[in-house]
Amino acid sequence: MSATHTSPPVQGTFRFIWNEMKPRPPFWTPFNMISIPIIVVGMVILVYRFIYGLGSVTNLNQDYAWGVWKGFNVITGVAFAGGAYALCFTVYVMRLEKYKPIIRVTVLNGFLAYVFYAGALILELGRPWNILNPIIGNDFGYNSVLFLVAWHFLLYIIAQFLEVSPVVAEWLDAKKAYRVLYAMTLGLVVFGITLSFLHQSGLGALFLMAKPKIHPLWFSEFIPILFFVSSIFAGISLVIVEGTLSGRYLKEHIGIPEAQSRAILFGLAKGAAIASFAYYFFKLLLFLHEGHWDLLGTGWGLWYLVEVFGLTLLPCLLFALGYRHRSLGIVQTAAWLSLLGVLINRLNVSLIAFNWESVNRYYPTWMEIVVSLTVVLVEVWVFRWFVTRMNFYPRPRAARAHTADGVPAARLVETA
Amino acid sequence: MDRRNFLKTAGVACATAAGARSAAADTQEHKPEEFIGVLVDTTRCIGCRSCEVACAMAHNMPVPDPKTDGALEAVRTTSETAWTVVNRFDTDAGEVFVKKQCMHCWQPACAAACLTNAMKKTETGPVIWQSDKCMGCRYCMISCPFDIPKCEYDHWNPRIQKCNLCWERLQEGQRPACVTSCPTDALTFGTKRELMEIARKRIYTNPDKYVHKIYGEFEAGGTGWLYLSAVPFEQIGFRTDLGTTPYPEYTRDFLYAVPVVFFGLPALLYGLSQLTDRDGSGTGPDPKVVAETTDHQAAH
Repeated sequence: MSATHTSPPVQGTFRFIWNEMKPRPPFWTPFNMISIPIIVVGMVILVYRFIYGLGSVTNLNQDYAWGVWKGFNVITGVAFAGGAYALCFTVYVMRLEKYKPIIRVTVLNGFLAYVFYAGALILELGRPWNILNPIIGNDFGYNSVLFLVAWHFLLYIIAQFLEVSPVVAEWLDAKKAYRVLYAMTLGLVVFGITLSFLHQSGLGALFLMAKPKIHPLWFSEFIPILFFVSSIFAGISLVIVEGTLSGRYLKEHIGIPEAQSRAILFGLAKGAAIASFAYYFFKLLLFLHEGHWDLLGTGWGLWYLVEVFGLTLLPCLLFALGYRHRSLGIVQTAAWLSLLGVLINRLNVSLIAFNWESVNRYYPTWMEIVVSLTVVLVEVWVFRWFVTRMNFYPRPRAARAHTADGVPAARLVETA
Repeated sequence: MDRRNFLKTAGVACATAAGARSAAADTQEHKPEEFIGVLVDTTRCIGCRSCEVACAMAHNMPVPDPKTDGALEAVRTTSETAWTVVNRFDTDAGEVFVKKQCMHCWQPACAAACLTNAMKKTETGPVIWQSDKCMGCRYCMISCPFDIPKCEYDHWNPRIQKCNLCWERLQEGQRPACVTSCPTDALTFGTKRELMEIARKRIYTNPDKYVHKIYGEFEAGGTGWLYLSAVPFEQIGFRTDLGTTPYPEYTRDFLYAVPVVFFGLPALLYGLSQLTDRDGSGTGPDPKVVAETTDHQAAH
């Protein structure tokens, strides 16, 4: 791994990149074996979809104009990517050194999540060749929430690309570019957090005009605030889950000392506990305000209670418990449950409790699910490529032991 | 062309353009546009479905055969191949036929939802769809309280299909196809002001015949299509829980908050980042993190 950085100037940058594109052993891993067939089938389905139309592979109907590609990949995926702005706020605005070792990888994760999940929007567009219309002014639909969300997606992807770019410059050994790009970080972060705040809430605002269609237990004029607040702990939960998985499968690339990685994890758990409690409390207030007590006895009411207690309050309490007892297992369980809760919430608003009285219920086809998984799996492949080639994680101790300018390898431990 | 000549030419061009414009304005009678619509008197409708046939023929859609297709047996919705449908309801007052199509809202949710203005409220009232702008996101379908826009899912380049109030016929000075085809005058075409007067007059002169409500007067902020009925509107397939607020209002507060956030939040964040800057490194975050992550590269 470390040998690849030896001589890019000699080989030439392009040759270097070409070599880096090649997959590295071990190739025959369980993840590869499972993901490759799914991705191949997903690609075939997509070709079919673009030739014969959305109807040929999806169960979309006139009552359900948006399916799982929108409800899961775009709306949920973007909420899960909230960790990037939450951590950028912590590290660059609040300047909490503790989270620095994971800031690069979290921003990368956010960037790729937007590229793939906001990008999944294109698969779902009936006429994707017109996608540039709101950008080039054919026409600017200023009065549309989706216009705002589309622009913010685009700007945020650009901002995140630039936030990630110093790491790429470093990989290409472009020192001058690194300095220029790195100097832009704070500005980009401030811009990025603002955009995130607006489009995370904007995704909720999309459903404001669907008032007569969404079950009263899920519709609220405060959906934008609910979507924003839940994206905070959804994002943090994803950082925890991603950290857990990377810690297991990419161990040799990560040089965060055990003590610090625990400190980071429990800090995140505490933040997630507080954010999800705020969300739970707000949901409770909204319920009391609306006073739909009569609806709780119905099947929908039961499903609502599962979401609010089982998948919001429970993970919130587990985060707090895990933090208090410094238990990795409890925190990880809480993170998974919390992600499930946000997923269920987004699906409820966009699909399940949407047009709940309709007789044309929508259930995704197996092909829609395969494409949804394809989007996620390709993202994981690209993510793995980035983190195994560039310095998104602090390098392991062995690599840092003999630094040129004598920075003590133990620095990261000290700052914890 | 030198600069002096260019300026001269440009000046002449501007003057000509301005002159042409004012001349055009003089020739056109300048009266404020009034929204047009159609009044449906459901007590007059006999369910012959001539309007469905005329609509299909006017817009190159599959033409139904009312005599044989038995379509009145079930309650239908409009579809991507039928911009209007007539349904039969069994009510307190017996059999009632109701035509359904786009309501042409005064402030349409679909047009407010559209991020490219492909769905457009024209100056005279019809809500039309423009193929060159639409990207097929179907947010109009999510937003429409009447569930009217329909998508051609089975086509590689799907269109959004809905009644356009015969926009192309209106341009030629003709009335909508359905209105001209109606044999019982159940459909009346006119400006909303005229239609409201006609509708009210019918209710006042036949107070026992009609329920005292004109559907579309206020629904969803008011619609271009208006309905009279002998029975409560719930009985003939209308939603009466849509409220009287124009649907774009529901997102207006959010959109108004955007500039506040867009300029206020960066100021707050940037200010905060300066307050937390303990070692005075100024604009950027502590460069030590750079050293930590770049040092291994230097080591190689």
